[in-house]
Amino acid sequence: MSAPTPAPAAVEIDRLHVVRGGRAVLADLSLRIPAGRVVGLLGPSGCGKSTLLRSIVGVQVVEGGTIRVLGHAAGSPALRTRVAYATQAASVYDDLGVRANLRYFAAVLGAPPGDVARVLAEVDLTDHSEQAVGRLSGGQRSRVSLAVALLGRPELLVLDEPTVGLDPVLRTDLWELFHRLARDGRTLLVSSHVMDEATRCDELVLMREGAVIAHETPDGLLARTGAADTEGAFLALVRDGEPVRA
Amino acid sequence: MSPSRTTATALRVLEQLRRDPRTLALLLVVPLLLLWLLELVFDQQPATFDRIGPALLALFPFVVMFLVTSVTTLRERTSGTLERLLSMPLGRLDLLVGYLVAFGLVAVVQAALASALMLGLLGLDVAGPAWLLVLVAVVDAVLGCALGLFVSAFARTEFQAVQFMPAIVLPQFLLCGLLVPRDQMGAVLEAISWVLPLSYAVDAMQRITVEADVSARTVVDVVVVAGAIGLSVVLGAATLRRRTA
Repeated sequence: MSAPTPAPAAVEIDRLHVVRGGRAVLADLSLRIPAGRVVGLLGPSGCGKSTLLRSIVGVQVVEGGTIRVLGHAAGSPALRTRVAYATQAASVYDDLGVRANLRYFAAVLGAPPGDVARVLAEVDLTDHSEQAVGRLSGGQRSRVSLAVALLGRPELLVLDEPTVGLDPVLRTDLWELFHRLARDGRTLLVSSHVMDEATRCDELVLMREGAVIAHETPDGLLARTGAADTEGAFLALVRDGEPVRA
Repeated sequence: MSPSRTTATALRVLEQLRRDPRTLALLLVVPLLLLWLLELVFDQQPATFDRIGPALLALFPFVVMFLVTSVTTLRERTSGTLERLLSMPLGRLDLLVGYLVAFGLVAVVQAALASALMLGLLGLDVAGPAWLLVLVAVVDAVLGCALGLFVSAFARTEFQAVQFMPAIVLPQFLLCGLLVPRDQMGAVLEAISWVLPLSYAVDAMQRITVEADVSARTVVDVVVVAGAIGLSVVLGAATLRRRTA
């Protein structure tokens, strides 16, 4: 008789240490993100969320600790088509059209034909596909950037504040898309500084001042802290002092 | 390196240029206007125009391509697209060679137009074959692209990138032998001029001015400039970092 095997981890971080500008942004951070879930990374602006995401993608110089992503060291060449990343600021070409941007990134990724049309529909930009990205609104620009991350078949999607400034209807659609991808076995790590997005995640990672202060389900977090919402739970955790190791 | 990713990158850069007609017009027209101005300045001294015209035909496209390439590739860094591309399966050489191919094509058109203007309307008189003049002008403009790609790796802002023009280009201009023949400079300066690629381009141009045949030295000069192009691109790729602080 064998013990039930735990869900495989998409990301395993062990005592990650990152220094930026002479300051420890992440200190001894350990975290395990299971595969096939939508995990929200929440915390105030400046708490180290983006640095953690950059470290997982492998574009951040790290001081110490190990990060395994889908069984490989973070940033390995083997991960470059398996991990998708959308930065907080839309990293797309403002002087190109929406479709031209996606066509280029699809070519770099070796994504199948038809992918560009699919992701355009997924972020609801089909009607704007010929417009120059620089002429779009801020929310539309970040959707173009998100669309790039949806190209191909990434197994881990690392999305830094993808829903900021979006209309509530579209935001709901995107969260549905994230869950559809997770049901398909993909893992989504989505950061936000808006606490009310927490209820849309399967799991929450709460961060403050470079440390993880909680890692559990939204319901579990509310039950444990007795708070009415995530914001209240966050305050309760900070008041109680002791960070809770996930 | 992957040919398909390099091609995709070159096509993307060309598409960006196509969508920016003002930049494209400046790229193609400014060297022509400068060469025309040169002809006007030396209107009363056609012999001097014939002597220095070919060297400046090598210089003007070189400077323009250097500036445009260094600023454009820097934009890739500041917009965050460089970080995104380097997290994807894009080789560093795919990116740089893609840029070089795209700007190289512009350089070919630019240098061809400039040569046609010089030999046609402005009546430049050279002893050597016209095709060689065009070839050296093209290779030199591509050298401007390659050096621009390389230095953009060291600039963090567009303000810094623009400063590299006087820092990298003007010393090469001063030492290339156009103002004072290189063998009449001090030994130290002459030694320095031997490691600066523009010296070879200007040497080649000056030889085309007076020699009717294609000499072995001219071939060597062109090969040296081509080598400098390759070296700049390889060094540029080596200085691109996938991880940043």
